Amino acid sequence: MQRFFASRWGPITAGAIIGILAALLVLWGNPKNMGVCVACFERDIAGALGLHRNPVVQYIRPEIIGFVLGSLVAALLFREFRPRGGSAPIIRFLLGMFAMIGALVFLGCPWRALLRLAGGDLNALLALAGLVVGIGVGVLFMRAGYTLGRSTPAPAVAGWIMPALMVGLLLLAIFRPVFGQDLPIFASEKGPGSQHAALWLSLVVGMVIGFLAQRTRFCTMGAIRDVLLMGDTHLLGGVVALLLTAFLTNGVLTWATGTPYVNFSFTGQPVAHSNHLWNFAGMALAGLSFALAGGCPGRQLFMAGEGDGDAALFVLGMIVGAGFSHNFSLAGVPDAGNVVGGPSIYGQIAVGIGLAFCLILGFAARMRRQEVKR
Amino acid sequence: MITVDARGRSCPEPALLTRNALRQAGRGEIHVLVDTETARDNCIRVAGREGWQVQVLEEEGTYHLVLTK
Repeated sequence: MQRFFASRWGPITAGAIIGILAALLVLWGNPKNMGVCVACFERDIAGALGLHRNPVVQYIRPEIIGFVLGSLVAALLFREFRPRGGSAPIIRFLLGMFAMIGALVFLGCPWRALLRLAGGDLNALLALAGLVVGIGVGVLFMRAGYTLGRSTPAPAVAGWIMPALMVGLLLLAIFRPVFGQDLPIFASEKGPGSQHAALWLSLVVGMVIGFLAQRTRFCTMGAIRDVLLMGDTHLLGGVVALLLTAFLTNGVLTWATGTPYVNFSFTGQPVAHSNHLWNFAGMALAGLSFALAGGCPGRQLFMAGEGDGDAALFVLGMIVGAGFSHNFSLAGVPDAGNVVGGPSIYGQIAVGIGLAFCLILGFAARMRRQEVKR
Repeated sequence: MITVDARGRSCPEPALLTRNALRQAGRGEIHVLVDTETARDNCIRVAGREGWQVQVLEEEGTYHLVLTK
C-alpha cells in the first residue's frame, strides 16, 4: 500500500477520486463548478467569522476542516506527523495573503480552475495559463538559488495548533453561537455561500481527500513546477486525472439528471467573469505565490495537518487575505448579463503590489550555500 | 565524500539540491540528509531517474540516503 501511494499511481488515484468527489459535491449542494475550491472555501470561512461582510460568501466550509484533519489522521497512522516551523514565517503569511488576493481576482484556486474547465468554463484556460507563467517565474528563482531557509523541528504542541483551530471551527459550524446583536457566525442566505452539501457529508469528503492527498503528496502547483524544473511528471498525473474524472462525472450527472453540468463557453458561467487579462494576471500572482511558498493551497492545508507550522501560517495568511479582498473590493466581480466583470482598480493595484512583492522576494531570498559539504 | 544536507528545506529544494549534486559529481558516492518522508521519496525518485543506486538509513527523524553510481 505504502509503495502504491508513493508510485506514479498514487497522485493519479488521489486526483481521480478528488475529481469525482468534487463533481458529486455540486450534486449534493455545493455551488456549480465549485465542488471544492480551497481559496473560495477559505474566503467563505473568513466571511462566516465576520472578517469580511460580503453577505453572499459566508459559510464555515467543512471541507477545509476535513482536509486538515484527514491529513492529520494519515500522518499519525503512517508516522509522518512532524511538528516543525520557523522558515521565514512572516514571509509565508504574506505569500498566503497575496496568493488569496490573486486567486480571488480570478475567483478560484488551481483546484477550481480545473473544476471550472471540467464544467466547460473556458475562462479557466486563461487562469491555467497564468498559473503556468507564475510558477515558471518561481522556477527561474529556484534555479538561481531561491530559498526561505530551513524549518526546524518544533515541540509536538506546535503541530497540533492547526488541527485544534479546525476543531474549533467545526464546533462553531455545528453550534452557530451568537455573540451579541447582529454578531452571529455568519451564513449566507443567498449566493454561493448559501449553496452547500450537508455538513457531515462535506466533512467526510474533506477528510477522505485530506487522507489521500497526504499519502500521495497531491499538489497542483507542484505538478506544474516539477515538470518545468526537473521534467518530472510524477505529480502531473494527479492533476490530469482530476480534470478528466471531474469532466466525466459532470457528463454522467448531466445524463442522469437532465440538468447540464457542462457548458462550454466564456460567458454565462457560474461565479466567474470573462475578463481575460485579469483571469490571467490574478492566477499568475497566485501561482508565483504558491511556488515561492512550496505548495498549492490544498497542499498547504495537508502540510499543516502534518504539523508544518509554516504551512499553517500560509493558510492563516490566505484567510486574512480573503478578508482584505472583500473589505477593500479587490476580488473579481462576476459577469452580470452582458457586462464583463473583473477586479476593481483597487484589485488591479493589489495584484501589482503582490507581483512586486513576489519579484523582490524571488531576487532577495537567498542564503549562502552551506548545504553541500565536500 | 559529498554530503547534501537538505534537512528543513521545503519542496522542491531537497530534490533540486540532490539532482544538482548528482549531475555535478557524475559518479561516486553522495550522501543526502532529509527529515521528511516527502523529501526522502522525492530524492529517491530523482536519484533513480539519474541512474543512481539508493540506500536509505533512518536515524532519529533524519533520513540518510546513500546514493552510488
